[in-house]
Amino acid sequence: MAQRSKQIDGFREAVADIPDGSVIGFGGFAMPGVPFNLIKALLEQGAKRLTLVGNTTGGAQQPRMPDMGMLVENGQVAKVICAFTAATRPTDVLPFTKYYESGECDAELVPQGTLAERMRAAGAGVPAFYTPTAVGTELAAGRETRMIDGREYLLEYALKLDYAFIRARTADTFGNLRFHRAQRNFNPIMATAARCTIVEVEDPIVPAGAIDADDVHTPGIYVHRLVQVPAEPEGLWPTKRQERRR
Amino acid sequence: MSETKGLNRQQMADRIAREFQDGWLVNLGVGIPVMCSNTDIGERDIVYHSENGVIGYGPVAGPGEEDLNLVNAGGQNVTLKPGASIVHHADSFAVIRGGHIDVTVMGAYEVSMTGDFANWKLTGQKGGGIGGAMDLAACAKRVFIILEHVTRRNEPRLLSACTLPITARGVVKLVSTNYGLFEPTGDGFLLREIAPGLTVDEIRATTGGKLTVADGLKTIQV
Repeated sequence: MAQRSKQIDGFREAVADIPDGSVIGFGGFAMPGVPFNLIKALLEQGAKRLTLVGNTTGGAQQPRMPDMGMLVENGQVAKVICAFTAATRPTDVLPFTKYYESGECDAELVPQGTLAERMRAAGAGVPAFYTPTAVGTELAAGRETRMIDGREYLLEYALKLDYAFIRARTADTFGNLRFHRAQRNFNPIMATAARCTIVEVEDPIVPAGAIDADDVHTPGIYVHRLVQVPAEPEGLWPTKRQERRR
Repeated sequence: MSETKGLNRQQMADRIAREFQDGWLVNLGVGIPVMCSNTDIGERDIVYHSENGVIGYGPVAGPGEEDLNLVNAGGQNVTLKPGASIVHHADSFAVIRGGHIDVTVMGAYEVSMTGDFANWKLTGQKGGGIGGAMDLAACAKRVFIILEHVTRRNEPRLLSACTLPITARGVVKLVSTNYGLFEPTGDGFLLREIAPGLTVDEIRATTGGKLTVADGLKTIQV
C-alpha cells in the first residue's frame, strides 16, 4: 500500500481539471483550516456555474484572504450552501449578500450543525436523517417533519460533494492527515463526502508511515491530491485578524 | 456603544458567567457571550465549548501568545486550559445535539416573554446568518441570552412577542442586558437584578410584557 505519492507540484495543477458545474466544499472556520491557496488557484482556473459549500462566504474581516465570496464576485458561482448569507451583526457586511439579494447568485441557508451532519451522512452512506434543529422556524416551513418519542424532528438530506478543498498541518504521501488545533473544523468531514479531496499541506509532506496509524485524523483513503504550501509570499498563510472597532 | 446606560459588554458577560455552576459544559457564541471566558469565576470548574470543536478553552490569548489556528466562535485567538481537546465540526455538533451542553450563551436581536428569541434574520432581509444558533437553541439544556436592552432608536428588545423570524421557541431561561438580569415569565419578565444607575421605572418603560420585580431587588455588582 501507499507506494504512489499523491503529492502534486502546484495548486494550478491540482485544480486544473475541475469542470463547470462542480459541487465544491471549502473547509475552514474563521481563519483556521481555510484552503486559501486552492481558492486562489480556482479563481485563476475560472470554472463556472459552481455550487460552493462552506460555513460562510466570508469577507467580513480584515485583512481579507481568498474566500468563497471572491469566487462569487468573479462570476464563477451559481449557488452557495452555507450557514451565513449575511453577517449576524447588522453593521458588518458580507460581500456575498448583495449578489444573493439581487438574485445574481442563489443560496441555501443551513444551520451549521445540520450542514456538518449532512456531509458526514453523505460520507457515511446515510441518505437522510432527522434533527430537532430548526423545527418551528421559517427554515422548516413546508418541509417533512416527524414525531419521534414525543418530539418533532426535521428531515435533512445528505450532501455529497464532487470536490473538497481542505487545509491540514501534516500529511504523509498516502494522504493521511493531521490538523492543528481548530484547523480541523469541517475539513475531515468534507474529505469523506467528496469524490475528490484536494489538500493544501503546511508542514513538509512526510513519507507514508511517518505518521503513526494511531495519530491519523483523516485516513488517506479519503484524500486524492496533496499540495505543499510554499513559504510566504508565494504561499498564503493565516494572518492575525484586525480587531474591529465597536 | 460607549454611551449606553448601565453595564458595559464585559460586565454583561460577567453577570451571566457568575450563573455557571461547577462542572458545567458551557457553549459561548459570537459577540458578547465569548467574553464570558475572560470572567474570573473562582474555583468553579467550567469547560467552555466552541462550535468549531474546541472543548476546554480559556481567556483570549495575550499579545504575542496567539496561535492563529486556535479560535473561539467569534474567531478570536484563545488559549487552551489543561485537559482541553479538539474535535471536528460533526462531532462538535454531536456534543450539542446530543444534549451534552449545560448552557449555551448567545447574542440576540429580540427575546420574548415566553422564551422565544430571534438572532438570525433582520426585517426585510433575504437569508441571514444562522451559524450554530438553531442547533444550540434546540438542543442545549439551557439557553441564556446577552443583548443590549434597547435598540439604537431606544425601542425594546425584550418583547411580549418577537417581531423577527425566531431561532427557537420557549427556550430562553435567563437574559442579561446592560439594564439588568431578567427571566422570561410567560406574561412578562422578572427583573432579578438591576444594573447600577438604572431605575425600575426606566426599565418598565423599555420592556415588553408585565415587569415583575424580585423581592429585595439587588444591584448587580460590577
